[in-house]
Amino acid sequence: MKILVGVKRVVDFNVRIQVKPDGSGVATDGVKMSMNPFDEIAVEEALRIKEAGNAEEVIVATIGPKACQEQLRTALAMGADRAIHVLTDEEIQPLTGARILKALADKESPKIVMLGKQAIDDDNNQTAQMLGALSHWPQATFASKVKIDGDTATVTREVDAGLETLSVDLPAVISADLRLNEPRYVKLPDIMKAKRKPLEVIEIADLGVEVAPAVKVLKTVAPAKREAGIKVESVTELVTALKEKGLI
Amino acid sequence: MSKVLVIAEHDGSNLNGSTARAVSCASDLGLDAVDVVVLAADGSAVAEQAAKITGVSTVLLVQNAANENAVAAFLAPQIEALAVDYSHVLAPSTTFGKDLIPRVAAHLGRPQISDIMRVESATVFDRPVYAGNAVVTVEAPEGLVIGTVRTASYKAASNDGSASVETRSVDVALPSHTRFVGLESGGGGDRPDLQAAVKVVSGGRGVGSEENFKVIYSLADKLGAGVGASRAAVDAGFIPNDHQVGQTGKIIAPDLYMAFGISGAIQHLAGIKDAGTIVAVNKDADAPIFEVADYGLVADLFEVIEELEKAL
Ligand SMILES: Cc1cc2nc3c(=O)[nH]c(=O)nc-3n(C[C@H](O)[C@H](O)[C@H](O)COP(=O)(O)OP(=O)(O)OC[C@H]3O[C@@H](n4cnc5c(N)ncnc54)[C@H](O)[C@@H]3O)c2cc1C
Ligand SMILES: Cc1cc2nc3c(=O)[nH]c(=O)nc-3n(C[C@H](O)[C@H](O)[C@H](O)COP(=O)(O)OP(=O)(O)OC[C@H]3O[C@@H](n4cnc5c(N)ncnc54)[C@H](O)[C@@H]3O)c2cc1C
Repeated sequence: MKILVGVKRVVDFNVRIQVKPDGSGVATDGVKMSMNPFDEIAVEEALRIKEAGNAEEVIVATIGPKACQEQLRTALAMGADRAIHVLTDEEIQPLTGARILKALADKESPKIVMLGKQAIDDDNNQTAQMLGALSHWPQATFASKVKIDGDTATVTREVDAGLETLSVDLPAVISADLRLNEPRYVKLPDIMKAKRKPLEVIEIADLGVEVAPAVKVLKTVAPAKREAGIKVESVTELVTALKEKGLI
Repeated sequence: MSKVLVIAEHDGSNLNGSTARAVSCASDLGLDAVDVVVLAADGSAVAEQAAKITGVSTVLLVQNAANENAVAAFLAPQIEALAVDYSHVLAPSTTFGKDLIPRVAAHLGRPQISDIMRVESATVFDRPVYAGNAVVTVEAPEGLVIGTVRTASYKAASNDGSASVETRSVDVALPSHTRFVGLESGGGGDRPDLQAAVKVVSGGRGVGSEENFKVIYSLADKLGAGVGASRAAVDAGFIPNDHQVGQTGKIIAPDLYMAFGISGAIQHLAGIKDAGTIVAVNKDADAPIFEVADYGLVADLFEVIEELEKAL
């Protein structure tokens, strides 16, 4: 059984992003880029499924410009077996991304496609569900626990009401939430080894994917700032202030 | 005629408050009608609650044993069938809507607008990106508009409507590849639901343990508040996951938010940007939470809570 994992290159979660003054977007020049944290968790889970003897191969895939290969190499260093880079300099929105991932899934026939629940740049939280729909596969999103048993997966999901459990037939799409696992640290020898692992580059045009109707970004602005508050010196002062506002 | 269909979120007996917030957003579109659909096994009680939401024209009630639990793979094909009569389909951006709506959109070949925070026109919307550190204005392409509504950006529509309830049968094949096993709720007890609460008392890693979290619960009960937490507190097992506030937890907009022992990471702040008044108690004067707090108190949280309990 194969597992296909989506890996997206995003602005590192520690970066305080800056909106460009002309409203054209977010400044990304010279900003630290990393693998989407949810994707790191997805890669880790796929590796654990393989290490438990429930899968033979972990394939990582990314859609994006040349620089994304850095994140693929990180995933290979973590232990993935090979990588696919769907090369494009165009902006890829979730529906087109899901169509591309479906084309890869059709080619590779994985039993599980593991994605992050959301990419922390655009925060769309769409791709996994869209891939599920397009493939007519079950989806188990926001996973905090995954148990593989033959041709089914039992997945615990983090939902607003608590923890929900679904049982799904494979093949299925699973999206990783934060508490699914703690990704391993990559060691230096693994980084060296990863350089020799296969990384296939596919031109987007060769996949025969139709680009979906797109949402147009008209402008990007900084959010409304909260007014700076004050420091109070004591609980009494705090209580008085909250009482004045009718909050307590 | 252009109409919007809002997907109701409910637990089989009660309509979730996020639905009335999504209706507020739907009303802002300025279309000819706002309809709500209740997909349930036995949903007449929920449909009646939905009919009372101000601004709703018609409540569609779709009953099917498969709708006993909200499983996206079952609900999506039914919504797709209903969508043909509509120009817009919206659901709250709760885990319910986030799980469901992309599945509907993809099948219909439509892109999705996630987390609508403002309606500029029937096709132009504002939505947050980068954990709310930027806001993009986006335009949907011509055709059916599908999106989720950032509920913290909307007040719930009021409750003096009298929509008609129409029972619909939707005849579509449902898949057999997914089985609902169970739902384990975090056990908030009788405390107000975090997403609807007017006041929220929240604890972070600084609270130190599950045992210590009792002081947070106790203060919350005294104030009639819901209980929130940072990711670090949830990860450490101090409190169940459904209490997490932030980019990947719940986005909330209470009138009062009190943060104890929370440093104020951007991912946490993403969840409280719309709170009315933020109070932060932290022993580190340089904690970033103070940059957004209306009232900051540099002190030990346990001492502060003890004093607060006496003062209230
Ligand atoms: C300059 C520029 C500006 C943009 N501005 C916007 C904007 O303002 N609004 C907007 O909606 N989009 C914008 N996009 C598109 C955006 O970058 C995303 O690629 C796209 O919207 C996917 O959304 P997401 O990553 O949030 O998807 P999600 O659905 O949140 O992603 C979930 C998961 O899907 C997988 N995945 C997603 N994308 C990829 C990928 N490329 N390769 C491999 N796996 C992937 C990952 O596992 C990820 O964790 C812009 C793109 C560019 C280049
Ligand atoms: C992709 C991603 C998504 C994330 N999503 C979320 C999210 O949704 N929600 C979220 O909260 N986090 C999220 N995080 C995690 C976030 O980055 C922070 O790690 C987390 O919010 C820190 O929690 P904390 O403030 O409780 O802990 P810390 O940062 O450790 O802060 C603890 C604070 O308690 C104070 N303190 C300690 N003892 C006392 C005392 N006795 N009295 C007073 N103060 C005391 C300390 O001074 C410190 O400021 C996410 C991270 C990533 C990478």
